Amino acid sequence: MIGDAANFTSAGRTHWGWIIAIFILLLLLPAVFDTNTPTLLGIWALFALSLGLMWGYAGILSFGHAAYFGLGAYTYAITSMNLGESTAAWIFAIVLPAFVAALIGAMMFYGRISDVYMGVITLVFSLILAKFMGATAGDAYSIGSARLGGFNGIPAFPILNVPGDPSTPIFGTALYYVVLCCLVVCYLVSRWVLSSAFGRVLLGIRENEARIELLGYNAPAYKTAIFSLSAAMAGMAGCLFASWAEIVTPALFGLGQSVEVIIWVIAGGLGTLMGPIIGAVLLGTMKLLLGGQTFIDNSLVIGAILVLVVLLLPKGLLPTLMGWRNNMGNAV
Amino acid sequence: MSEMIVETRDLSMRFGGVLAVNNVNFNLRERELRCLIGPNGAGKSTLFKCMTGLHQIHHSNGRVFIRGHDVTGWRPHEIVQLGVGIKTQVPSVMNGLTVWENLWLSARRIHGKKGASPEVDRVIAELGLQTHVRRMVGELGHGQRQIVEIGLVLCQRPKLVLLDEPAAGITGAEADRLVELIHGINQQAAVVVVDHDMNFVRMLGGTVTVLHQGAVLMEGATDAVMNNAKVREVYIGNRAK
Repeated sequence: MIGDAANFTSAGRTHWGWIIAIFILLLLLPAVFDTNTPTLLGIWALFALSLGLMWGYAGILSFGHAAYFGLGAYTYAITSMNLGESTAAWIFAIVLPAFVAALIGAMMFYGRISDVYMGVITLVFSLILAKFMGATAGDAYSIGSARLGGFNGIPAFPILNVPGDPSTPIFGTALYYVVLCCLVVCYLVSRWVLSSAFGRVLLGIRENEARIELLGYNAPAYKTAIFSLSAAMAGMAGCLFASWAEIVTPALFGLGQSVEVIIWVIAGGLGTLMGPIIGAVLLGTMKLLLGGQTFIDNSLVIGAILVLVVLLLPKGLLPTLMGWRNNMGNAV
Repeated sequence: MSEMIVETRDLSMRFGGVLAVNNVNFNLRERELRCLIGPNGAGKSTLFKCMTGLHQIHHSNGRVFIRGHDVTGWRPHEIVQLGVGIKTQVPSVMNGLTVWENLWLSARRIHGKKGASPEVDRVIAELGLQTHVRRMVGELGHGQRQIVEIGLVLCQRPKLVLLDEPAAGITGAEADRLVELIHGINQQAAVVVVDHDMNFVRMLGGTVTVLHQGAVLMEGATDAVMNNAKVREVYIGNRAK
């Protein structure tokens, strides 16, 4: 008899050597580079990981994942402004998106809505939030001391601080390390989830939901749970983004944000955890570099990259590279 | 006398203007082997889907009882949790997972963390799947996938097994093996086999229920049913001529 872990290989393996090496490099990065851009890339990587976990391993594609990113950001901004410090705001920014996703997920999955309609519902939900937040200009739209601000969003809220100590804000290199820790923790949590019985049932759902039901598993409950977990991670990313940018606007809920994260996941490699992270870092860097020029439109380049990846690397960057490495190893 | 394990009461199922199942009263006792036969469109698969929750039934369309529970309107996973193993007409397996992973997912729910792996090993040995353990199920042939799907049922050690056309698309040697397997399952569980392959049904033996135009036409021993003139007329009439 062979153990579970050795036999259940479809959940993927943790390449500890690579992970520790990359982690050490990222720890040392502030000694060489300014941390402002790497912090943003880390936040985007976390956002991409949240979608990659749900889509790559449970087969649930949300066309409006930015809804939870934006909810996390807005929840953080509103709560921290009212409380004057970030500890509770940070928790709310994770819990509220998870709760909202659980409600919407339960409605979709228990309602046996098909994938196409599910895509439409998730997209429409994010667009409704974007539209609503854009229409909240004026004093009437305030929650406590936080004015929602319409298209201008909410500026000047307290940034993250050391838990329980509002007088010690976290910014610059410290924020970079917080983002790095969040990314590593979420990666390890995702890996742990996938190696558990729960994660293996998710793989079964991705492959054949009807069969999983015929094995006695309540598939809608599993899908709702992973949808909620993914939204919690996206909310965390939104909260970190709010603290980094020091402003939240309705654009966070926008279609562009939702589409971008889908492209990052596809380009990096669907069905892996590192793939979405790599996709977000590479394409995010490209987006930032292209943002500094006016010769060609940014979204045209990103769109062209998506087309090229789908045509040339249909599995995404990371699975293709791993495939090449395995082939070379076999040849040797 | 053994307990009733499946019972349908005045069960009907209509699709638009077509009455696919017409007032069927079907009973099955513990450890009984029953073949459900009939020509195409007789309502076999619809009745099967009503019993497994794959077709949702409204209370006004009759009742289904399994192991003493009124499962009318229940979801498939709730029915399976009563100790029911289901094999569908088209092999329903997880093609992107290995044979071992498929069987583990089935065994895990019943046998828990520690008991799942030994149970998978037992079923693999019983089905002779040792050489395919690490292969993706999608890479296997149709007959082998049918066997894997039966393995999914075996891993749960059910009290009632419902098999929809298990012999579809398999070779003669595989059919012999399948009959042996079904007889093995029947040692521990009641079995309902839906099929229209008369040779296969004859090989299985047991009691036969004949469906015609959604209603029960006849019920009895295999030979009695096969030799019945009315059954021959509606079922094998063309070949008899």
